[in-house]
Amino acid sequence: MVYTEGVIDVKIYRNHQETVADVTQIIQDASLTYEQQTLALAKLAENQLPLPVGEDEEILELFEKGIICDLDEGHGPYAPRYILPDYEKFFAQGSQFLRLEPPKNLLEAIQTLQIFYHHVPSITRFPVYLGRIDKLLDPFITDREEAREQIKWFLIHLDRTINDSFSHANVGPEETVAGTIIIDLIGELQNVTPNLTILYDKEKTSEAFALSCVTSSLVCANPAFASDRRFRDDFGDDYGIASCYNGLPTGGGAFTLSRLRLNRIVDEAASREDFFASHLPRAVDALLRFMESKIKFLAEETPFFTSNFLVKEGFVDLDRFVGLFGLVGMDEAVDNLMKKEGRNLSYGIDREANELALDILDFIQERVGGFTSGYGKVWGNHFLLHSQVGAAGDEGTTPGMRIAIDKDMPLYDHLRQAAQVHPYFPSGIGDHFPFDYTAKENPQAVLDIFKGGFESGMRYISAYSEDGDIIRVTGYLVKKSDLEKFNQGEQISYDTIQYAKEPLEKHGILNRKVVGVND
Amino acid sequence: MTEALIQKIIDSSVVDGPGNRSAIFFQGCNFNCTYCHNPETIPMKSPTATSMTLKEVLAVIQSNIPFIQGITTSGGECTLQKEFLRALFRETKKLGLTNFMDTNGSVPFTAMEELLALTDGVMLDVKAADNSEHIKLTGASNETVLQNLDFLASRGKLYEIRTVLVENAFDNLGTIRQVSEILKPYFGTGKIRYKLIRVRSKGVRTPYRKLRPPSEEMIVNLRDILLKAGFSEVVVV
Ligand code: SF4
Repeated sequence: MVYTEGVIDVKIYRNHQETVADVTQIIQDASLTYEQQTLALAKLAENQLPLPVGEDEEILELFEKGIICDLDEGHGPYAPRYILPDYEKFFAQGSQFLRLEPPKNLLEAIQTLQIFYHHVPSITRFPVYLGRIDKLLDPFITDREEAREQIKWFLIHLDRTINDSFSHANVGPEETVAGTIIIDLIGELQNVTPNLTILYDKEKTSEAFALSCVTSSLVCANPAFASDRRFRDDFGDDYGIASCYNGLPTGGGAFTLSRLRLNRIVDEAASREDFFASHLPRAVDALLRFMESKIKFLAEETPFFTSNFLVKEGFVDLDRFVGLFGLVGMDEAVDNLMKKEGRNLSYGIDREANELALDILDFIQERVGGFTSGYGKVWGNHFLLHSQVGAAGDEGTTPGMRIAIDKDMPLYDHLRQAAQVHPYFPSGIGDHFPFDYTAKENPQAVLDIFKGGFESGMRYISAYSEDGDIIRVTGYLVKKSDLEKFNQGEQISYDTIQYAKEPLEKHGILNRKVVGVND
Repeated sequence: MTEALIQKIIDSSVVDGPGNRSAIFFQGCNFNCTYCHNPETIPMKSPTATSMTLKEVLAVIQSNIPFIQGITTSGGECTLQKEFLRALFRETKKLGLTNFMDTNGSVPFTAMEELLALTDGVMLDVKAADNSEHIKLTGASNETVLQNLDFLASRGKLYEIRTVLVENAFDNLGTIRQVSEILKPYFGTGKIRYKLIRVRSKGVRTPYRKLRPPSEEMIVNLRDILLKAGFSEVVVV
């Protein structure tokens, strides 16, 4: 991941020298921690393999053009990208492999979870889903003060050992003692891990708990708000929010996530017709083929789904995994298509441009929906669309479906526009809004705006304070102060810091329009 | 009257009452406060104000649903256009919104019963409790303001008192003491907030830009006194 430069995201090693050069670079890089080096070396080893799709000229061409991007997932996936274990089942039956009995008290519950997390693989090596931690811990709370102390150290442990802020825990929708303690603590601890989401439902979540979540998010950018109702409509009761903001079935997860840079497809197209008739379908089909080959490799040529304890003990099930078909760069794609027609209409701002975006999404949804995968029963053997948060090499490509930051959008128009595209992305899309200090005095105002967003059709939204140290960068948290240190060449314990560099420094996240006092 | 002179409408305000609200700033004020930071709203007519029909104002408000929990009318002095206000509040109630108003308290609420019934809460400016001070500051007497203070509290409609803090120029302490005294009978019956506002120079007319807020120590002291007196919350901005 560190070594992805420019638009060519896939590196094909052609000789021994290239491998040696990269190994040397990794082991000599002073800004990487030992662990980060180890992970980079493992990835490098994996990438000596050919891609599962084989020597597919078309796919390689699309890679070179920056149209397809595999997010450096690696050539030989040997574990699913995102795993959402069934933690409730684990608490009910314990684990033979880990030699753990079901926990009987809070101490055991916390220790048991921590041990389990250590054994959950993912694309980053760290667990991307930690479960509904409030619901898991709440039944064990007997003494509030003692619980607070134990949960505090639980949270510190997570932050210091999960060195990647794509790790996600959930709370809510109901208010619990554990949930209240967690929300109360995170402001004080100022951690970047885990990413926290409240599964919010105005019928189930108390106003007081929701308000304390907003207040906390204005202090430490955590938690974000997911519309519980909307995600339930999509997935039923058994879902979780993992990684950045990805809604996925629990007891399963996502095999893989690859993405199309829509703007790069448009670059190749002569006109709107040419785009829809030739370039877009070609790219979609190529990515479908690419993803299917990866999933097949993982499911059939690696031992994960036959021998990993998570599978053997029923904490995950092959059928509850899906492929994530990612999209980025809608903003530039639409604006450029408009330009090709000689029209100066802008995504987000102009109705016709927004309609074009919906046409593009309808087209993709239909084409992706028309593809039957050999895997992913939980979603009818189809891939899920995912509005991806961006990655290295994305300069000039706005994350997912977002509106480019330099466009000055009135807040409600912005929310309404987001609400139009959110329904297409059950597996993840989100918008994050910076608020100024005045909102801290009036968290109710932020909650009102969130409620309005959900009512309009949004599924995921979050707030952070522009003057805070911790901010939400597209889909994960970083400390601005850590970025400074990273820039000075210091080591930072979590790897997400390197992804934050570009969005923060080049894409102008710090210059976003802030909601607050108006005069 | 179905038209009103409006200086501006802010779609999202987080500082004008509970939650997220659309704030409507009416043109024209019968006070002339030295520290007014919207002096352009004082004249009864202004080239920057727009005459808007009820329908037009409602259309703006409606386009902000579902993101707002209500509206706040402010100014200038909104109660000077009380007929329009009443018609507006009637309609916004039908939309399920709450109605708050920010007022200088110069128009007696005892004579605006219907409007008050449609109002969920009032943010009342008490600029100075001492009348000569009030006259010096605003050019008008505070007799009605103090009557309104009592009356609104007795009706459970007093959401917030606002006092601008200025060093040396006014007896801030005296004002908050007297307000507390008047409200004494009502603290048990409902929540009343107090907002202390540090005077600021932004927007203020040149001769008065030198006004400064009191020391932080003093502000903390005022805050403590108010909390002790029985206010549910004291906000300092
Ligand atoms: S009452 Fe308000 S609007 Fe009127 S002059 Fe005083 S500060 Fe300005």
